[in-house]
Amino acid sequence: MLTKPKDRKELLINGFLWAAAFLAVAILVFILGYIILKGMGHVDLEFLTQKPRKMGSEGGIFPIIIGTVYFVFLTILTAAPLGVGTAIYLNEYTREGKITRIIRFGTELLAGIPSIIFGLFGYAFFVVLLHDYTQGWSLVSGALTATCMILPTLVRASEEALKTVPRSYREGSLALGANKWQTIYKVVLPSALPGILTGIILSIGRAICETAALLLTLGGSLLMPESIFHGARTLSMHLYMVAMETGNMDVAFGTGVVLIAIILLINFTANYAIKKLVARNR
Amino acid sequence: MPEKNNKIITENLNFYYGKFQALKDINIKIGEKKVTAFIGPSGCGKSTFLRTLNRMNDLLGEVRIEGKVLIDDSDIYRSDVDVVTLRKKMGMVFQSPNPFPMSIFENVAYGPKIHGIKNKNTLQEIVEKSLKQAFLWDEVKDDLNKNALSLSGGQQQRLCIARVLAVEPEVLLMDEPTSALDPISTLRIEELIQDLKKEYTIVIVTHNMQQAARISDYTAFFLNGEMVEYDRTENIFTKPKDKRTEDYITGRFG
Ligand SMILES: Nc1ncnc2c1ncn2[C@@H]1O[C@H](COP(=O)(O)OP(=O)(O)OP(=O)(O)O)[C@@H](O)[C@H]1O
Ligand SMILES: [Mg+2]
Repeated sequence: MLTKPKDRKELLINGFLWAAAFLAVAILVFILGYIILKGMGHVDLEFLTQKPRKMGSEGGIFPIIIGTVYFVFLTILTAAPLGVGTAIYLNEYTREGKITRIIRFGTELLAGIPSIIFGLFGYAFFVVLLHDYTQGWSLVSGALTATCMILPTLVRASEEALKTVPRSYREGSLALGANKWQTIYKVVLPSALPGILTGIILSIGRAICETAALLLTLGGSLLMPESIFHGARTLSMHLYMVAMETGNMDVAFGTGVVLIAIILLINFTANYAIKKLVARNR
Repeated sequence: MPEKNNKIITENLNFYYGKFQALKDINIKIGEKKVTAFIGPSGCGKSTFLRTLNRMNDLLGEVRIEGKVLIDDSDIYRSDVDVVTLRKKMGMVFQSPNPFPMSIFENVAYGPKIHGIKNKNTLQEIVEKSLKQAFLWDEVKDDLNKNALSLSGGQQQRLCIARVLAVEPEVLLMDEPTSALDPISTLRIEELIQDLKKEYTIVIVTHNMQQAARISDYTAFFLNGEMVEYDRTENIFTKPKDKRTEDYITGRFG
């Protein structure tokens, strides 16, 4: 059967796009599958609940899971108010002008800087200079460093989210006699929340995946962190350090599986929450 | 122009967006508990004028205002005026319905809550009363917790009116409140305006000449930022004094 040339061209393009999409998914599935297959065997109750022994080459990763959770919470606790606050200031309280342009330029510049530079800064500033306040290598130093690192993304995402809130909502609220803050707090923020949450999730992802900057600021202690002024180790760091220091690849892959599981868990819960929120706003 | 009781008076009002002058020397007296319609071609400054009356234009960047706007004989642009109280008094309904993305109840309760009413029962009463006033109660009374955005356009606009009534304003500023609505919803809103006129001073911007003729007591015709003519509605539509008014209402331009 004859096909018209145009149809053939379109078929070709469709075929190519399909193949590209298929390949992308296939690569992803392969990598995930490979790691899970290699690491799954090592993940058992003992691995999840025991302390590590012999620099992590034996025993479990319990303190590291806890350290990761502490680290992520602490980071979000400092980064979210700062980031969302900055975005609110930029988007709601200032008119486009010199100051907003400078701040925006600054955040964009920061977003392009390699994380190890933040690590270096965090080491010099939080670990060394502010040692009396942060106790050197500690969850505080690590979280503050990670905060600097993710702040630009967070500000940007929050700003985008705020921009999607129709002006008519703000006008409606102000016309009823609400003041600016009431309008932001009761109308603008709830509508922007799904977008802001997405930004926060992306940021968490970045913080969890970080290794180099954290080696310089969080330390890498294998002990259970007793307070935010103790050092700790995240799963990503553990994976790297175990692989490099002990060469025990089984533990590294096992840690990888746990890391992936945690990231997927965060993403699915967040997506669910965001969907719920969006549905509520419709 | 209208009788003794003037709610809103402007004196030599000029308004500028940057260098562009959008209102030129407006002098008007708007009667209490009357319906006053603003008509005129697109871009002539009707919305701008309406928004000077509750200081919504303050929100914009480079704007400048000259002259006086007196409401109940006091200048609302004096520096010691509380904008929140002013806006509460001057309820505004916008061209396209803009309910908040929350439940019907929360939309109506929003204003009262903002102004400090916390008691659940009081709020409930206000919501019911306002929705009844806006002729929406019967349609929504069974699902007040439904999201307001799921209502039809006409219902949304009546909800917005209820939301404004809930803060007990004295004046209703309506900027083409029916322009996004079908004829039946439009009719309902017009009936509503007739009803509300007993208690409120109403200023309505409209592109629809029949609408102005049907519902208003006074009509002001605007052109290029000037108020060309202002008179009782029947005079404007039967014996306009100005040639430009006549051209406009007979559809010869605009
Ligand atoms: N925010 C703004 N910045 C600058 N110019 C504006 C702004 N808003 C309105 N204008 C201009 O002021 C003039 C009057 O606008 P306005 O919105 O008051 O007209 P209108 O009579 O309400 O028109 P329409 O019937 O189309 O709603 C127009 O020329 C418009 O371009
Ligand atoms: Mg207008």
